[in-house]
Amino acid sequence: MSASGIRPGPRGRAVVTGLGVIAPTGIGAARHWESVLAGKSGLGRITRFDPTRYPARIAGEVPGFRAAEQIPGRLIPQTDRFTHFALAAAEAALADATADPARLPEYEMAVVTASSSGGTEFGQHEMENLYQQGSSWVGAYQSIAWFYAATTGQVSIRHGMRGPCGVIACEQAGGLDALGQSRRLLDTGSRLVLSGGTDASLCPYGLVAQLSSGQLSTEDDPARAYLPFDAAASGFVPGEGGAMLVVESAASARDRGVRPYGELLGYAAGFDPATGPRPDGTRHAVLASVIRRALADASLAPGDVDVVFADAAGVPAEDLAEARAITEVFGPGGVPVTAPKTLTGRMYAGGAALDVATALLALTAGVVPHTAGLARPADGCAIDLVLHHPRRTGPRTALVLARGHGGFTSALLVGAGDRRDPEK
Amino acid sequence: MTRPQRRAVITGVGAVAPGGHGREAYWDLLTAGRTATRRISLFDATGFRSQVAAECDFDPLAAGLTPQEVRRMDRAGQFAVVAAREAVEDSGIDLPAADPARVGVSIGSAVGCTMGLEEEYAVLSDGGRTWLVDHSYGVPHLYGYMVPSTLAVEVARLAGAQGPVALISTGCTSGLDAIGHGVQLIEEGSADVVLAGATDAPLSPITSACFDAIKATTPNNDDPRHASRPFDGRRDGFVLGEGSAVMVIEEAESARRRGATVYAEILGFAGRSNAFHMTGLKPDGREMAEAIRVALDRAALDPGDIDYINAHGSGTKQNDRHETAAFKRSLGPRAHEVPVSSIKSMIGHSLGAIGSLEIAACALALRHQVVPPTANLAVPDPECDLDYVPVTAREHRMERVLSVGSGFGGFQTAMVLGRPADVRPKPRPARRAARRPARKEAA
Repeated sequence: MSASGIRPGPRGRAVVTGLGVIAPTGIGAARHWESVLAGKSGLGRITRFDPTRYPARIAGEVPGFRAAEQIPGRLIPQTDRFTHFALAAAEAALADATADPARLPEYEMAVVTASSSGGTEFGQHEMENLYQQGSSWVGAYQSIAWFYAATTGQVSIRHGMRGPCGVIACEQAGGLDALGQSRRLLDTGSRLVLSGGTDASLCPYGLVAQLSSGQLSTEDDPARAYLPFDAAASGFVPGEGGAMLVVESAASARDRGVRPYGELLGYAAGFDPATGPRPDGTRHAVLASVIRRALADASLAPGDVDVVFADAAGVPAEDLAEARAITEVFGPGGVPVTAPKTLTGRMYAGGAALDVATALLALTAGVVPHTAGLARPADGCAIDLVLHHPRRTGPRTALVLARGHGGFTSALLVGAGDRRDPEK
Repeated sequence: MTRPQRRAVITGVGAVAPGGHGREAYWDLLTAGRTATRRISLFDATGFRSQVAAECDFDPLAAGLTPQEVRRMDRAGQFAVVAAREAVEDSGIDLPAADPARVGVSIGSAVGCTMGLEEEYAVLSDGGRTWLVDHSYGVPHLYGYMVPSTLAVEVARLAGAQGPVALISTGCTSGLDAIGHGVQLIEEGSADVVLAGATDAPLSPITSACFDAIKATTPNNDDPRHASRPFDGRRDGFVLGEGSAVMVIEEAESARRRGATVYAEILGFAGRSNAFHMTGLKPDGREMAEAIRVALDRAALDPGDIDYINAHGSGTKQNDRHETAAFKRSLGPRAHEVPVSSIKSMIGHSLGAIGSLEIAACALALRHQVVPPTANLAVPDPECDLDYVPVTAREHRMERVLSVGSGFGGFQTAMVLGRPADVRPKPRPARRAARRPARKEAA
């Protein structure tokens, strides 16, 4: 055994047996999937505060989320909305997997979440207390609600998971990195990992901080605000929510008699240290290399991949780089590419985790969902974008891509399982 | 397919710590038993319950940062970049010549760029007056403050890394967990070199206020020099600190090939969670003991092989009792035989960063064969009855050392380091005979 617990021999199989979704497209995996197939957008004018004074006013908010109906009442004032989402999604994922943590070995279960900006709204409230009223007005829960580890800690406590829990913050790429980490844990003695990510930074300070990235769309029409790979792309729309997944060793799932949605086949992460466009036009090179490494990790060839769920930045230069990377690996138009996240906006720590859930639902249903709302692909994007309506092509393998602010670049391959009944 | 057994070694250490500049000054402070705790000067702490901290006397320009880097980076980012540069220089590695896809970064931080985030909030909200904060006052790097991942981005750019880069944020075990993550990247073959460590700069009103609110930090404001008192009967909470340590971790074989000087090999690492309470600890130390047990198992070691324990030793009533129980539970009689010390007595508790500073201290302790002391330890606590190396550093023969961390959210982490294999004497034959074949098979 190695220092980090890697055993000799091949890596064990990692399967996904449960999905918990809280998204602008709906609460629950089934409702989310219906919205995806119908191309029903969750984007709209921000309602959580009055956005009139800000240049970006459109977002993907989770409709009708009432924490009191989803999580224990005592936890509501102790935690931020991003943790509310994760507690609810974790509960749903465990139920979907018919997993009862009380009946599984405590040290062989873990929680690994992605966090992008922590308890943003909670933190703004407490800073307001501090600056308006003084240090003694800062509440006792600030110390456990604001920090990036709040969600993992609370989910671990709630379900008695005492294994090697973790928190990974790689901005929008974090969801894939958390799932990649869950696979490592299965390789080092864990049997079940609750993994994924959620985000809820739609408070004034959160939005204003996002504005400074210069990448938010200032378009006021929700149908025009987030159009990745489109000639009219003008930035992206932020979203809230995310997904938690039950990732389990194939042996554990079999022991429990649970049919998986699918399998985590391969994963790779890399980094692009360049800021802005590269003069030599190689902006796509790191992403292409990460895709190749993920394929190698899965022992798959490009021709084995049936659909790519794109990162879909919505920023023209970034879209072009992604299209080039996909084209370089798969050939021009060599693989269907889709971005159902046009319905939710980019959800930071929650985005990539939701994309993986969507990909697994697509494999389960045998359908490639379309990218709703796009009209005219941008020049130079030589990819086979799935537009207008879903394709019933029976995909078996999906590649999910994610890039995070600053250069994070990750890729995850998922394969179809034998489950046919997406519930919840 | 059998994966080759790869091992990870530390070949460079960089530190930004209270009480001095760089790695050598840090080690001098620790071995002198000098405390760097004082009254808070970074902000006006009047009215706060706890008004002491261990601050870094840090001048970013003097430390080699450019004016643009100083503007762009939060204090935590400045610490990390300066520590990373020192580590790279110390290791002698030629990073520009390395394959960038094989270079990774793993940085820990508990509270990220909280200082920049709070300073900007105060301006944008006009001193907290408006909920609808005014974006027209936002600095261009505000988003970089909101996401802690920026800290890893800065180190990755410095290293020219194109391999896996991550920011690990598991509260007060972030530092140990980030180094452990780096070790795993090397062992699994995702990278050959990883800059691993952690950084935190939490000395701002909001962080101080939130620890005030739960009475976690010491109210002992009259005697700042002696305010951090781990394992002492009079301890009354931790003293906040700040800083960063970054290490160059390399795959052992490639480090050997380039003739690198090795501080230590990472022999074992494990994390467990108590799933009990976000801030509370059960006195029995059960989950920390389990993390220690697993780390020893992964290192193929017995409790008797551990020669020194670098404790979490935060100086709260519950932590030091919890931890002492965990050592006894996992190591049995050996817990009473080995020196145990807490360097937080000197440099305070820098949240996520402290684990990296503690691993740096362990690497230096192994190299110099000196155990840093627990300063300010004078009044015994019957529940803390181990050899905590009070006040004075001690020359001590060490082959393998254990470092542990414990934090909000229930995280418990243990890491075992060993002196480099070429200077380490042959281990006890009986144990090794039983374990050796398994390792050989793996290779």
